[in-house]
Amino acid sequence: MLDRPTKSLLPASVHKPIAHDSAERHVTGEAVYIDDIPEPRNLLHIWPALSPHAAARVTSMDTRRVGSAPGVVAVLDASIVPGKNDCSPTIGDDPVFAEGRVDFAGQVLFAVAAESELQARLACLESVVEYELEEPVLTIEQALERESFVLPSATIRRGEPERAIQDAPHQLEGTVRNGGQDHFYLEGQAAMAIPREGGDMVIYCSTQHPSEIQLLISKLLNKKLHSIIVEVRRMGGAFGGKESQASQWACIAAMAAERTGRPAKIRLDRDVDMLATGKRHDFSFRYRVGFGDDGTIHGLIVEMASKCGYSADLSKPINDRALLSIDNAYYLENVVATTHLCRTNSVSNTAFRGFGAPQAVLCIERIIDEIGCHLGKDPLQVRQRNYYGKRTRNITPYGMKVSDFVLNEMTVELVESSDYHARRQRIRQLNQGESNLLRGIALTPAKFGVSFTMSYFNQAGALVHVYTDGSIHLNHGGTEMGQGLFIKVAQVVADEFSVPLEWVKLAETNTSRVPNTSATAASSGSDLNSMAAKAAARTIKNRLIGVAAKAFGVEKDEVIFLNGSVIAGRSSVSFQKLAKMAQVACVSLSSTGYYKTPKITWDPKTMTGHPFYYFAYGVAVSEVAIDRLTGEYRITRVDILHDAGRSLNPAVDLGQIEGGFVQGTGWLTSEELWWDDNGVLKTHAPSTYKIPASGDVPEAFNVKIWERGRNVEQTIYRSKAVGEPPLLLAVSVFSAITDAVSSLSDYKRWSAIDAPATPERVLMAINEMRSSGV
Amino acid sequence: MQDRQSIRFLLGSETRVLTDILPTTTVLEYLRKVERMTGTKEGCAEGDCGACTVVIAEDVNGKLRYKACNSCIMFVPFLHGKQLITVEHLKDRNEQLHPVQQAMVDQHGSQCGFCTPGFVMSLFGMYHNGCDTSRAAIDDALAGNLCRCTGYAPIVRAARQALHGHRPDQFDHREKQTLRSLSDLDAAPSVHLDMSQQSYHAPATVKELKQILKENPESRIVAGATDVGLWVTKERRHLDCVISVSDIQELQSISIEKEMIRIGSAMTITDAMDTLSLYYPSLDELFRRYGSVQVRNQATIGGNVANGSPIGDSLPVLIALDAKLIISCAAGSRTLPAEDYFIDYGRQDLRPGEFLERIDLPLPVEGQHFRVYKLSKRFHQDISAVCGAFSVTLNAGIIQTVRISFGGMAATPRRAFHCEEALIGSPISGDVIDRGRQALQRDFTPITDFRGNSDYRTRVAGNLLEKLFDEISGHERPIVWEADCA
Repeated sequence: MLDRPTKSLLPASVHKPIAHDSAERHVTGEAVYIDDIPEPRNLLHIWPALSPHAAARVTSMDTRRVGSAPGVVAVLDASIVPGKNDCSPTIGDDPVFAEGRVDFAGQVLFAVAAESELQARLACLESVVEYELEEPVLTIEQALERESFVLPSATIRRGEPERAIQDAPHQLEGTVRNGGQDHFYLEGQAAMAIPREGGDMVIYCSTQHPSEIQLLISKLLNKKLHSIIVEVRRMGGAFGGKESQASQWACIAAMAAERTGRPAKIRLDRDVDMLATGKRHDFSFRYRVGFGDDGTIHGLIVEMASKCGYSADLSKPINDRALLSIDNAYYLENVVATTHLCRTNSVSNTAFRGFGAPQAVLCIERIIDEIGCHLGKDPLQVRQRNYYGKRTRNITPYGMKVSDFVLNEMTVELVESSDYHARRQRIRQLNQGESNLLRGIALTPAKFGVSFTMSYFNQAGALVHVYTDGSIHLNHGGTEMGQGLFIKVAQVVADEFSVPLEWVKLAETNTSRVPNTSATAASSGSDLNSMAAKAAARTIKNRLIGVAAKAFGVEKDEVIFLNGSVIAGRSSVSFQKLAKMAQVACVSLSSTGYYKTPKITWDPKTMTGHPFYYFAYGVAVSEVAIDRLTGEYRITRVDILHDAGRSLNPAVDLGQIEGGFVQGTGWLTSEELWWDDNGVLKTHAPSTYKIPASGDVPEAFNVKIWERGRNVEQTIYRSKAVGEPPLLLAVSVFSAITDAVSSLSDYKRWSAIDAPATPERVLMAINEMRSSGV
Repeated sequence: MQDRQSIRFLLGSETRVLTDILPTTTVLEYLRKVERMTGTKEGCAEGDCGACTVVIAEDVNGKLRYKACNSCIMFVPFLHGKQLITVEHLKDRNEQLHPVQQAMVDQHGSQCGFCTPGFVMSLFGMYHNGCDTSRAAIDDALAGNLCRCTGYAPIVRAARQALHGHRPDQFDHREKQTLRSLSDLDAAPSVHLDMSQQSYHAPATVKELKQILKENPESRIVAGATDVGLWVTKERRHLDCVISVSDIQELQSISIEKEMIRIGSAMTITDAMDTLSLYYPSLDELFRRYGSVQVRNQATIGGNVANGSPIGDSLPVLIALDAKLIISCAAGSRTLPAEDYFIDYGRQDLRPGEFLERIDLPLPVEGQHFRVYKLSKRFHQDISAVCGAFSVTLNAGIIQTVRISFGGMAATPRRAFHCEEALIGSPISGDVIDRGRQALQRDFTPITDFRGNSDYRTRVAGNLLEKLFDEISGHERPIVWEADCA
């Protein structure tokens, strides 16, 4: 149906750099987040009590004094959960309240609902909990040694890597690790539950996944899904951290409301948020690679292990995506990659922009860098040598054809515009001088598969109403977290009706309007929801065409929508008027729309198929300067060329590219999660956990959307998803840092520095490089 | 007789008189819970993310002075006699966006929008303080605001757009009226709130302060409350009696007398930094990295010293420069070398009833080289892993005198006596660096924590010695990141 041509003119809104729908409300403070919603009378405030221990049996928990503390109305714990005490998005292993034992420091023991936040908070201190401490598993190494896993390991394999490595002219082996990353959305987790008549409930929640929260609350409270409405207008940032991690707080708020019959709100402060919610997975990689004189990879063996934390959460699809991303942009003829899902006594790690791909890309780019160093070649040459081909060498290790590999062209373009070769040469000369500044440069590419690895998530719904004054109410299942989804979908709908963008009202996401939705995640928000909304709009439009054709006595294909008017043969009528005519003619002006991503197949047993609809691409050149004596450094210049297909909104997409890159840079440089020997996180606020500040972003930050970009698949207006892929480009910064450190060996040996490359790690890598005497 | 028992201020252009508010209520809590103005956001409740940034305007010699501050760690009484401006106040009478707001819209400076009100207010502060449009100046001005979505590039573009098109805004046009309203507040110069759970004093003179301290020797003195604010927001600690020194003009002067820079203890870092950097240029970078504009507008040098943190950035400087602390009480004053003030972790030589009145910093002398290096994970607005301050006098290439002090290497900021001894009388050469490096290991056994491992701290401290000698021997010029990386 969607492919049937209809008459409308060139897009007026789509492809335009239109401001975020809420921009004016953001800058005036009028945009409403959960904690800004006018508080109902009677509102209760909730505070959770957290476990101080990483692994223990809870032998007794006495909350009597908590219950009698001033202002306390209810104490919530596992013993009074009416239904299922679980908020896991997958296998049912995330208790809302600890039950008999605690598995990480920061786990929720119980929660207090009181008249004020302060009272709830102070009351939490009144409990008496006794523990029998156990030896915690705190690191990936400990987990591997003790075979502590949340789920079975997974492997992807093609060809005969062992033999290929053995037969190759050169072999290398090594390790690389990366740390986790806190999402550090500026708005912490928040939810407010309001009881309604007949046991119904409305929950306002800062979440990427309202339908899942609806489902979890229904199980927690033994209610039908139709009794629960979850709504979110916008989030103050999410980045994956409000996909599964928002559920627990919504569950607690709902339970407080159910228990007391009063509205209840929970809003985590920064410390609780960082202690109690999951983060990006740390990964540890061990690799062996065989390659030819020209740098062509003949065989590769990678063993990965990820720190999943105490439960499964989304670790399975995250590890799958890591496996599916180990090739990045390179054709690996013979490869085996295995990943272990380590169970540790730490918060359950979760979705974070990139979803396992950034870690895998870090690994393969390290391998390429090392090959370059070993052969005395520019790693860029090795990259280009191993790039996927257009006609041959174009099948991924999991059997999917790479049908639009554009990185060759993009790389050539960026090498030219960034003056890569001349700068690299100059840097090498400067590094030979006796200066305390070491300089490095690197180009790394990114190829990112777009679609949920959980195949059935690749669907979306929408609901569009046209009112009799021509104004349009747009609902879809996607959530707005700052990524500009709402404005993009509105642009599509406005163009479908050929009306001014202001006529389209963006409605909050609400499970009673569009049901059974997928999480807004996997960069797929605009791909899926724009299509669903377009389908809904198209249905109404076709009805309007029928009304106009009949009223003006013309054929349907003579009806044209143009700039707020509808032309029918020689007659013309305003869009408003036609809407009113439709009502009078008893024609419905409301429709749902639905979309599912085509072409997706996946066999989880063999780990083969076509898991992605298409790939998005990008390439970046980064340059750094390091103070040899302190390890401190600056990123001095970044050039990025990114493929957003035919961008739906270049302003929004540019923001995603710049922002994603800087976020990835933080992960690899200054953001360090640090646990003490007892497994207690000590970096749980911005005073101790350092995300990039303005000064960490170079003045020379040249970011371009690739002008020739066009999706070969029939996505919405041939655009491409842009949420996650740019984050992968930050690996260029890490490679540049390593390049700078390796200059101390005259590039004979590649530094084995791990991420994040804090000044401390950089200085230690410098020392290691100097003392090894090369 | 003026009413000493009320806090009076302007909220935008409206007068507020508060008599029954708990003095340690933060301005953020007040805005969101009492005024129900929710434009100002809480991102961290510790003054590190800037989502809560507001601007305080006050009458300074008949002109309004605008300061961006973190409302999350500022107590409401601090507003006394001032104007509180929030993001809700910036649109003009015709509902037109302020130039900084318009620039943020035009440049796509917001994505999720949660940090945006804070950025807007920092930009507004910048707009009124004549920031230049260099990247370094903009970064310094925005260092106290974290954004997780945009990667800052569009916000920097917005800053430039707003500053380039600078013209008087509605606040400038209304300046006379605002000054009149401020004076009409009839705010008493000193304040005393006596509530059942908490008492609060804001004396106007040192004399008054001494009397109050005599009567309440166990009370907590605050200036900017950038540290004590966290006791309230993070630890929910209850304070019985709070004395604010931030309204005492006598404690807010800086002067040169008898070869000394005399710094009033309630001088904010913002007000002191330019003068101090003039005499000791190496301090310039340190102060730029000291907290953020918001923190520097509130925090004082006296507070940094008095709370005795092992990682306060000014402390190694004061010790290396042999500063003297003037500590006073009702009975009189005593003078203490800065290095003797820090007894042990959390213990300082400050007795009940005493307060830090002044810091005397010697002026530089002929042949003296002074350097301070701060090391942290992030350049801007981070707390030091190690901070080293070095004061060396050379004569014909021979080290005549040397004082070295480190923060982050021990439980208190401390001198490196062994190292000093190893250096004195030697020429600056490769040899002496090695000796100094070894001696440092006798001086310090640093701990491992989230800011740095013990061996990193030890090694980098030694490297700072090398850096120092590279620089003062002229072998290397100091790294100036902005210039070196351009």
